[in-house]
Amino acid sequence: MSGHSTYEPKTGFTRWLDSRLPIVRLGWDSFVDFPTPRNLNYWWTFGGILAVFLMIQIITGIILAMHYVPHEAMAFESVERIRRDVNFGWMIQSMHANGAAFFFVAVYLHMFRGLYYGSYKAPREILWILGVVIYLLMMATAFMGYVLPWGQMSYWGAMVITNLIGALPFVGDAIREWLWGGFSVGQTTLNRFFSLHYLLPFIIAGVVGLHIWALHVPGNGNPLGIEVKDTKKDALPFHPYYTVKDGFAIIVYLMIFAIFVFFMPNVLGHADNFIEANPLSTPAHIVPEWYFLPFYAILRAITFDIGPIDAKLGGVLAMFGAIAILFVLPWLDTSKVRSMRFRPLTRWFFIFFVLAALGLGWCGAKNPDDYVLGMEGFKFLYLAQFLTLYYFAYFIVILPVLGIVEKPKERPASIEAAVLGNA
Amino acid sequence: MKMFRIIAAGLAALGLSATASALEGDAHAPHAHHWHHAGPFGTFDRHAVQRGLQVYQEVCASCHSLNLLSFRNLGERGGPLEDERWPNANDNLIVMQIAESYGERVWDRDEINDDGDPVSRLGIPADRFPAPFENEQIARGSNGGALPPDLSLIVKARSHGADYIYALLTGYEDAPHDAHLAPGQHYNAYFPGGAIAMAPPLSDGLLEYADGTEATLEQMAEDVTVFLAWASDPHMEARKQMGWMVLIYLFIFAILTYLAYRQVWANVKH
Amino acid sequence: MTEENGAPGVDGQEPSRRDFIYIAAGGAAAVGGGLVAWPFIDQMNPAADTLALGSIRVDVSPVLQGSEITVMWRGAPVFIRHRTEEEIAAARAVELSALPDEDARNDNLPAGTPGFDANRVLRPEYLIVKGNCTHLGCVPLGLNANTGDYDGWYCPCHGSHYDTSARIRRGPAPENLPVPDYFFETETVVKLGLSPEEASAAGWTVSENDGAVA
Repeated sequence: MSGHSTYEPKTGFTRWLDSRLPIVRLGWDSFVDFPTPRNLNYWWTFGGILAVFLMIQIITGIILAMHYVPHEAMAFESVERIRRDVNFGWMIQSMHANGAAFFFVAVYLHMFRGLYYGSYKAPREILWILGVVIYLLMMATAFMGYVLPWGQMSYWGAMVITNLIGALPFVGDAIREWLWGGFSVGQTTLNRFFSLHYLLPFIIAGVVGLHIWALHVPGNGNPLGIEVKDTKKDALPFHPYYTVKDGFAIIVYLMIFAIFVFFMPNVLGHADNFIEANPLSTPAHIVPEWYFLPFYAILRAITFDIGPIDAKLGGVLAMFGAIAILFVLPWLDTSKVRSMRFRPLTRWFFIFFVLAALGLGWCGAKNPDDYVLGMEGFKFLYLAQFLTLYYFAYFIVILPVLGIVEKPKERPASIEAAVLGNA
Repeated sequence: MKMFRIIAAGLAALGLSATASALEGDAHAPHAHHWHHAGPFGTFDRHAVQRGLQVYQEVCASCHSLNLLSFRNLGERGGPLEDERWPNANDNLIVMQIAESYGERVWDRDEINDDGDPVSRLGIPADRFPAPFENEQIARGSNGGALPPDLSLIVKARSHGADYIYALLTGYEDAPHDAHLAPGQHYNAYFPGGAIAMAPPLSDGLLEYADGTEATLEQMAEDVTVFLAWASDPHMEARKQMGWMVLIYLFIFAILTYLAYRQVWANVKH
Repeated sequence: MTEENGAPGVDGQEPSRRDFIYIAAGGAAAVGGGLVAWPFIDQMNPAADTLALGSIRVDVSPVLQGSEITVMWRGAPVFIRHRTEEEIAAARAVELSALPDEDARNDNLPAGTPGFDANRVLRPEYLIVKGNCTHLGCVPLGLNANTGDYDGWYCPCHGSHYDTSARIRRGPAPENLPVPDYFFETETVVKLGLSPEEASAAGWTVSENDGAVA
């Protein structure tokens, strides 16, 4: 896909610039004349949506940083000052808080697209791994960002998650104290979280650059999972075909975003975070933001010791393992076929996987001892344990086995052939 | 169809959040009360906010602070005393009267006079509502060990918001025989655990409204809840107005972009 | 935009209709971008709490005749001197042509108003001026330390001398100490930050007229 560049500078200035720093050429080759499969569907618009939301978060974040004070005695009030006194502060703060949520909705849909259509398979393994790195950086950024308003959930969520580090054998306590900069979450922790929260998004932007570079070497995947053979017949230039399509998808997504920002700004948050942090009083139910709930459920699902590993450590390992396993997915899936359009049996297991992920999210929000839908004896804990088992089984057992065992459906000869067949 | 599935999937993910607002212990769930400010078109009933201010000042302020609000907020856009005669709320004469009604006192401990003492003066619109107690310890000492929470954000800081506050204020009743109440505690089924340190603060005819409305318990509870809802979210009306403008603009923009998309892809097989 | 790879052929499409939708969509994008930009720019303007302290009230009754105080307003000092008869007379005896800066520098009056002492005060006995030297911003010394050669203020940084109407008489400072917006709310309470016109417009009762002299 990274073939010969078609950029031809027309003016004296552009020729002069091109011979010194071919940045316009880079832009042209990457985003104007880049051959893109002609059969992409709307699941492919989430990359563009993610780029827009990274920008929204950075811009609104920089503005908030002009007014926010990272001191435990002033943080909560400085956020309220932003909401009440800073011109349009209420809007910018709402965009930033809800922007994080919408950033995660888009990244999950983007990742599930990857799982379904085999976007992680050769030759796109590094592209996928860079994506998981971005996902991890997003989670770290969001976690630290949530601490900054210094509400009850900010403080206690930070306490719970950083305390987990203490579960690591030998080095756990030392690392935890090093993270805190003290003996508990406090001023020092708040200050460094602010610094790192400001830093990480720019690292994300850098990794996104690598991610797009890694994408442009083989070019985009597509719903058929068949590689582009003839760029003239199978592909279209990115501009105007996909700029306008991505543009439309971005606007629709922004409309849903606007509904939350302007009409339901607090519905994704937690009421307790409107109470200033109190180290002496723990809230009744400590819950992370919704995008962490599946991992929270996995963490709490391990209630038993496994040999020398106690339950607390087991939970931590399971939680991190659930993310770590994504790194090796390209090598776990043995199928030669990329897209699940042609893997009807695997597709069912994928659907169950999506339901399991949603189910784990539901479990994460609930008290593990509560009964599922009121059914006596069926605790959320048991559901979480079952779904955690399925989550890991999907990667470790189901995908490797089905790749070998399943007979895939007949694939079209080329993208063009499939598209002409559709016409 | 595909787009719908995408949006539905996304919304399902967001819908998890509804369950993430955790259960409030064993408390009774409050009934849904009709609020003038609810919904995408809702605005604050200005007269209710004014009456609620009176309830706050005459009843609640003896124990509950309102630390994040300044007097000038009453006269700012969307506030109960907003007045076109004074576009700058700091010039609003009624706001100034309210500020001065608290008499000469120390408003800011950091304002020091030449003798080294904190300055005692009349209030100005820029000052915050004064707290009844100087610090948490004195507040607890005066309230049997319990801390009356600050009310600036109370409607946002409780699940079910305004419905909860209204239910709490109107929900006092005799304790059931099996309720264990410590001395100084009162029974209220809407409070988590059922035992609340606050005695029933409202009763019929407790005060005389300046606008002549009959001051029943329910009326005062409703008015003070609306006042507190405004205090928690003073920009609500501006937020909803802008929301409609943004949505209408994006809707038009979406249509234009969609038409451009169809135009671009018109003769292309895909 | 390259015409290749099955791009819509130019022939068969009315260019005006095709271009219209692109211009409309592009135009909507530009308008939206502009509208979105405003809140992000406006948020850097002073916030409501900063603006609230944009005007303050000062009770001048404790300032005895022949003494002066300094108050902080908008982050900078303001001198309030309760002048004696001699100081007022000395200020009024000065010829305009003797002043390096003939402008009244009074925010309550139009630019170019002559710098007569009557144009520098609302009431002759209270001189109220901003307390940063117009040279490079140092705070000049006054009655409590050093009034300089003209009995007003002396700036120790580079030797500027101001007279009893706070006008520059000698030294590197280019302008008279400016008179801020203010008016008398009562006989003894000054409100800094609003001129008498602004105050009347905002519904204040102004205790004094503006005392302008041609």
